[in-house]
Amino acid sequence: MWFPRLASDRALKARPVEAPFALSLHQQNTDRIYCLNQHAEGLGLHRGMSLADARAFCPTLVSQTARPDLDARFLAALRRWATRYCPWVAHDGADGLILNVTGSTHLWGDEAAMLQDMRQRAQRAAITLRLGVGDTRGAAWALAHYGSTTGALEPLPVAALRLEPTTVTALQRLGLGRIGDLAATPRAPLARRFGPEVLRRLDQALGDLPESINPAPEPPHYGVRLTFPEPIGLLGDVMGATARLLDPLCAKLHRDEAGVRRLLLTLRRVDRDSQQIELRLASAMRDPVRILPLFERGVAAVDAGFGIDVMRLEAVGVEPLPVQQITSVSQDQPDQLNDLITRIGTRIGLENIQRFLPADSHIPERSFTIAPAAFSDPDKGWVCLRPRPLRLFPPEPLTAKGAAPPKRFRWRSMSLTTGRATGPERIAPEWWLSDENWRSGLRDYWKIDTREGRRLWLFYTPQAPAWFVHGEFA
Amino acid sequence: MQPDFATIFPLRHGRVHEACGPAAAAFAAVAGSVTQGMTLWISQSWAGETVNPLGLAPVLDPALLLSARTDNQTDSLAVAEEALRDGALACVLIDITRPLNLREGRRLQLAAKAGGTTGLCLIPEGMGSNAAETRWRARPLFDPDDNDSTLMQWEIIKNKSGTMGTWNVRWSQEARRVYVVSPVGFRPGTEGTSC
Repeated sequence: MWFPRLASDRALKARPVEAPFALSLHQQNTDRIYCLNQHAEGLGLHRGMSLADARAFCPTLVSQTARPDLDARFLAALRRWATRYCPWVAHDGADGLILNVTGSTHLWGDEAAMLQDMRQRAQRAAITLRLGVGDTRGAAWALAHYGSTTGALEPLPVAALRLEPTTVTALQRLGLGRIGDLAATPRAPLARRFGPEVLRRLDQALGDLPESINPAPEPPHYGVRLTFPEPIGLLGDVMGATARLLDPLCAKLHRDEAGVRRLLLTLRRVDRDSQQIELRLASAMRDPVRILPLFERGVAAVDAGFGIDVMRLEAVGVEPLPVQQITSVSQDQPDQLNDLITRIGTRIGLENIQRFLPADSHIPERSFTIAPAAFSDPDKGWVCLRPRPLRLFPPEPLTAKGAAPPKRFRWRSMSLTTGRATGPERIAPEWWLSDENWRSGLRDYWKIDTREGRRLWLFYTPQAPAWFVHGEFA
Repeated sequence: MQPDFATIFPLRHGRVHEACGPAAAAFAAVAGSVTQGMTLWISQSWAGETVNPLGLAPVLDPALLLSARTDNQTDSLAVAEEALRDGALACVLIDITRPLNLREGRRLQLAAKAGGTTGLCLIPEGMGSNAAETRWRARPLFDPDDNDSTLMQWEIIKNKSGTMGTWNVRWSQEARRVYVVSPVGFRPGTEGTSC
């Protein structure tokens, strides 16, 4: 199966247009045409031509940016679809599929009927499809790209042998334009002139050399479902059913040495309405006994209506979780803490449970980072060279003048008297990072012990004279 | 007659306490530090003041601190109840913005009792709950002698199982514990100093 216009067919399925259509890809500093529809090809445009030229030829051209990643996903979906014809389906380049239909054509009656079915379905889905049936992989490729589905290989051009373009040109210059000509030529001089590649491809096409078809392994699927003869609605019943779904899922995870990070429980009601419960775990786990209680809050919030008749549990986020040796010196109760984080996370969001990590900066606000606790490990490397305040707040201006710390000042409607001033500690802004709060330049930080007790962290900005309170010490 | 500080200060486990005053955050850090386990600090996400882990480091190891940011006080209390009941944490600190009623305070007490966890609510002045085990007012004091002083006055203003008292305390970074110091102006032995 060859999909000559895979990329543009995908784009046109999402947004159909009648006009000439092309996908452009930015290559070597120019936008070049990557794929185009039949209408555009009829107007004389071709692949590899620059988009500016194409627009000059055809002012009504509709263009989009190509997305090769989405094309690959589309081809993967087509591969799954093609397994309806035979179980052995592999990718062939970026725009083709190779099917080993040996022994499965009789399911459609005969080969011709199967090809007819393929064509009809592709046409209904508006996908351009070219088919080739051959005894070997090479022959099928040649017939799909250069021939007419079935027939002899001999009259096809040598380009149908999957050769390099330079080799094809050289062969044509020697007068060997057809596969039949090439097959009739003595082999030794050909091998001497072009190396083993030409003969290998020829033998593969004619069936003298074997060529295997290797389909990629199916990605493991972590989903289980349960259908009930009678709808259920009680909390205990739903939790019991969830437990029955969790057991096989966790057994499968255990076999693959994987742990789940995100679970999706879909409850379908008898009135066809479905509700989803998402459970995000603070650490990868696969123990059904521990996962089940974490569902309680979500299940309790579900409106069961007239009853639930289908439940589906899917592990959306799966991470490798190798078996670990439990030792006597291992940490105590990290599991219990992770379960707690998960349970709290279902209420306030897993990102809102945070921990502090040290960062390498002299700027007080940037000397630490805040990371979600579920996705980071504690760091012991806290270095505190100079005393820092316990609480930091956005700088609050003071009405004081001069570079020396004020003798008395008002802050938060308290009048305070300086008992002792320690400083200054000069902190320069990090010029390599632009920060709105540090536009006022250098800061001279002072620790002010007031006679009233409060120990404040003040700073003075010499480049734009002003005083601010930035924090409070313990 | 004020009680012995050693019998009252490492706050009773399995209870919820309250702290107010300008140095309530320092009190909370010390209370979390002496439990020697994981501490969870629950605060509301709209609060502008943030706790600075570098300032906390001399008292409480930031690696042992988790912080939870909630949208409103109802969420804060729900998270606190869950964390107190679980028992995986040693101490739970809760920033309170509106007064707790008896039902909420009692639920926190029951959760703390079930998990054996110490809870501490940081309350604005005068917003205490009747269910609290003890209530402390902490304020910093000026220390004319020491440059890096952490001299504070801790005053217990509610105690369900004892009497009130006032102490001047100082955090010792080397020993990682609080010391009770004599009030300024009274030399030991000359005045009736009870601590």
